Amino acid sequence: MTRSQDTPAGGGAATRAEAALDSPLLPLADDALVLSHRLGEWAGHAPVLEEELALANIALDLLGQARVLYSQLGDEDELAFLREERSFRNCQLVEQPNGDFACTMVRQLFFSACQELLFGQLAELGDPLASKAVKEAEYHRDHAEHWTIRLGDGTEESHARTQRAVDGLWRYTGELFEPLPGPAPVGAVDWAALRAGWTERVTRVLTSATLTVPDSPQSGAWAAGAGRQGLHTEPFGRMLAEMQHLHRSHPGASW
Amino acid sequence: MGPHLTIEPNDRSVGGAASAVGKGVEMTSVLLGEGAQSSEGPADPLADFEGAIAADERIEPRDWMPDDYRKTLVRQMAQHAHSEIIGMQPEANWITRAPSLRRKAILMAKVQDEAGHGLYLYSAAETLGTSREELLDKLHSGRQKYSSIFNYPTLTWADVGAIGWLVDGAAITNQVPLCRCSYGPYARAMIRVCKEESFHQRQGFELLLALSRGTEAQHAMAQDAVDRWWWPSLMMFGPPDDESAHSARSMAWKIKRHSNDELRQRFVDICVPQAEALGLTLPDPDLRWNEERGHWDFGPIDWEEFRQVLQGNGPCNEERIGRRRQAHEDGAWVRDAAAAYAAKRGTGRPAAQAVAQEQPRAQAQTQDQHDGETAVSPR
Ligand SMILES: [Fe+2]
Ligand SMILES: [Fe+2]
Repeated sequence: MTRSQDTPAGGGAATRAEAALDSPLLPLADDALVLSHRLGEWAGHAPVLEEELALANIALDLLGQARVLYSQLGDEDELAFLREERSFRNCQLVEQPNGDFACTMVRQLFFSACQELLFGQLAELGDPLASKAVKEAEYHRDHAEHWTIRLGDGTEESHARTQRAVDGLWRYTGELFEPLPGPAPVGAVDWAALRAGWTERVTRVLTSATLTVPDSPQSGAWAAGAGRQGLHTEPFGRMLAEMQHLHRSHPGASW
Repeated sequence: MGPHLTIEPNDRSVGGAASAVGKGVEMTSVLLGEGAQSSEGPADPLADFEGAIAADERIEPRDWMPDDYRKTLVRQMAQHAHSEIIGMQPEANWITRAPSLRRKAILMAKVQDEAGHGLYLYSAAETLGTSREELLDKLHSGRQKYSSIFNYPTLTWADVGAIGWLVDGAAITNQVPLCRCSYGPYARAMIRVCKEESFHQRQGFELLLALSRGTEAQHAMAQDAVDRWWWPSLMMFGPPDDESAHSARSMAWKIKRHSNDELRQRFVDICVPQAEALGLTLPDPDLRWNEERGHWDFGPIDWEEFRQVLQGNGPCNEERIGRRRQAHEDGAWVRDAAAAYAAKRGTGRPAAQAVAQEQPRAQAQTQDQHDGETAVSPR
């Protein structure tokens, strides 16, 4: 399933699928689905019972967002279960394996701080769906922020783990601010302002967590924006294999 | 764990905390020897306790109670709480493979509910002076048990449906009477739990129905799951009445309201027509309607299997407890960090409370999920 802008459209379904691949909503939907899936992997493994509830909450919010967005683009299950790795447009940050709890919380902080600002802008641009989602993103960011501060400023061990998480995930953050071309409202987002707002917020959180803001680049040798072009990291393929296997084993079945 | 059928909405236990506290105060004053009002001399706490039980009143945390009553309750609530959190594992096993986004959302919400049930129940046990920490420690060291049903594996997607329909269904049958349990906090926790378990039971039924009416392979998957889960579900009600160690006393104290065999029969009677509606069969050649009894007769249960699983020889005993321990150990540094941070801020709260801020929202959301997702009712 490759994206071929030059080929004239075949059937109606193909046209729709290709239009979906070009929509700036697809990266947003894929971000939400993939991060939701990763958070779902925590079920039964959380460090305290309260976090079983909180992680599931965030995962459910994100899954809800993904479903709303996919439904604007086509069939949600077709989009989630029948695309190959190279057709997914999520950023590489969200596909990163959970690691330890610090890693999961820092990943969440980086992502949700961005999503909150992005949905905030979309809501101002008049997107009705964004105004609900922005409240969710705010809660996710707030939750991750509290944990980042507790862990950063907790014990020596938690501090070290959290700094390691920040340093390790930092290079995936640049991609969050890559403009998503397309029609408004996503096409009208001010990405520079988003980046500035994110940097300000994240710097403030890391500082009050007694953590160091990395001065390393925010993207790796694969240029920022790779995930948006369907270039993913190795663990993502295995994640998709697990997620899609059952659905694909019963072609055409309904569940 | 999930069980359920319908709960009785008019149950008196909904009386709420205020009335419960009121009663506690009243009884305490009697115990403190303000027995001058009584012409029968000094207050007899045991007589008060037995009087309250006989009058179907609730016992509240501040009331005097016999040591054995307290111990029995702590043991039962702890085992119940442990079952809720161990019970997350077999279903969480399928979250990452759920075959549609809708099913994925329902399953995540369900597993989240079970965590919430664990929380309510540990809190209810705390009212008797036993901390969650202490109880988890007993679970991890094997000194307290959880329901044996969770020592069976979830091998296919249909197992998620079979657990919802049968395991949550059996749990509901067990737990609805507990909404009238003599111990107030337990009864009130069960009311909340039963409401959610009934969603789980319906969702499980609906999942199986979709499979049963689906492709041939899907139908076979559903039948196979029911074949594997049916007998273990019947064992969830515990040993036959004549072999049940604690039953009689628990019934006298109104902790338990019906015998194991009575509840098991009730469950079978509920399931037979539901299986028919599903287009699936129950794996029991002896199942037949008994006109005289007005109940379904069913075949003998393999109690040897039950004992084996109980003793740790089930297919997943080690895996379940091992994973629980692992999660707890892996999380130790997180709980330590939360406690250290709280101490620095001078709030001095233990780790569990230091992170307890998310609950109200969690429950609200879960309810939304249920409301949005429950399509078909089994009855
Ligand atoms: Fe439960
Ligand atoms: Fe349940």
